[in-house]
Amino acid sequence: MMRLVFLLASALVLAACGDKEQTAAGVKSDTASFQGVTGPGNAYNVPGWKPGDKNAWEQQIKTRLQNGQNEYNRVK
Amino acid sequence: MARMKFVCDAERCIECNGCVTACKNENEVPWGVNRRRVVTLNDGVPGEKSISVACMHCSDAPCMAVCPVNCFYRTEEGVVLHDKDVCIGCGYCSYACPFGAPQFPSQGTFGVRGKMDKCTFCAGGPEAHGSQAEFEKYGRNRLAEGKLPACAEQCSTKALLAGDGDVVADIFRNRVVQRGKGAEVWGWGTAYGSKQAGQPNGGKS
Repeated sequence: MMRLVFLLASALVLAACGDKEQTAAGVKSDTASFQGVTGPGNAYNVPGWKPGDKNAWEQQIKTRLQNGQNEYNRVK
Repeated sequence: MARMKFVCDAERCIECNGCVTACKNENEVPWGVNRRRVVTLNDGVPGEKSISVACMHCSDAPCMAVCPVNCFYRTEEGVVLHDKDVCIGCGYCSYACPFGAPQFPSQGTFGVRGKMDKCTFCAGGPEAHGSQAEFEKYGRNRLAEGKLPACAEQCSTKALLAGDGDVVADIFRNRVVQRGKGAEVWGWGTAYGSKQAGQPNGGKS
């Protein structure tokens, strides 16, 4: 019985220990989207533009919007 | 510079909730949190209208104005994001937002007063682009991959448009001018056959 109470109490006390460490030193600065993904996840970058090239990124976003969401372009 | 915006066309939205599902799947949003919702006006009444609603990434965002710890920031592309490490889960943003965008997960240590969660325009957060930390806190960063939000990209009727505000406005304006009524409506020819929809001359429909 005591063992069960101890286990439950431990679970309650240690509940917050599963949380990830956080830093509250002001809002972290974010890099602009045109910098692209440079880490291990860069395999998901869409080909056709170079990360870091702002104009190429903007053009890629505009082209993707026109091709993917403007169906009037497709029926013409 | 591109300024990212959403527009939902109430004439096209069919309340399929595909955008809601795509958002939850792409960003692995926790149970009980909906970053995007479909709202139907006059539900069940002929002529009902639906729109898909999430954070509208306001140019003058009320959530930013009321946040006591100043955890919000606006990216170069006009996307309103927040730093979850700074958020204290007070809920002020929730009261200030006219769209009901801020959500509060109930699974964490602080119960319903956990850190706020909202639509990121699939632009992640202040962590490194594409990092595990960014994904766990904010979801996918599709914008940095050269893509647009998953909700709009998978919308079957293209009711939900997302991207550079100028281009979105052009697409929507063109649509409103051209869509017409009855057999003039886009898609009619695809369903019932017409030359305009690509049927060969003299072909059977």
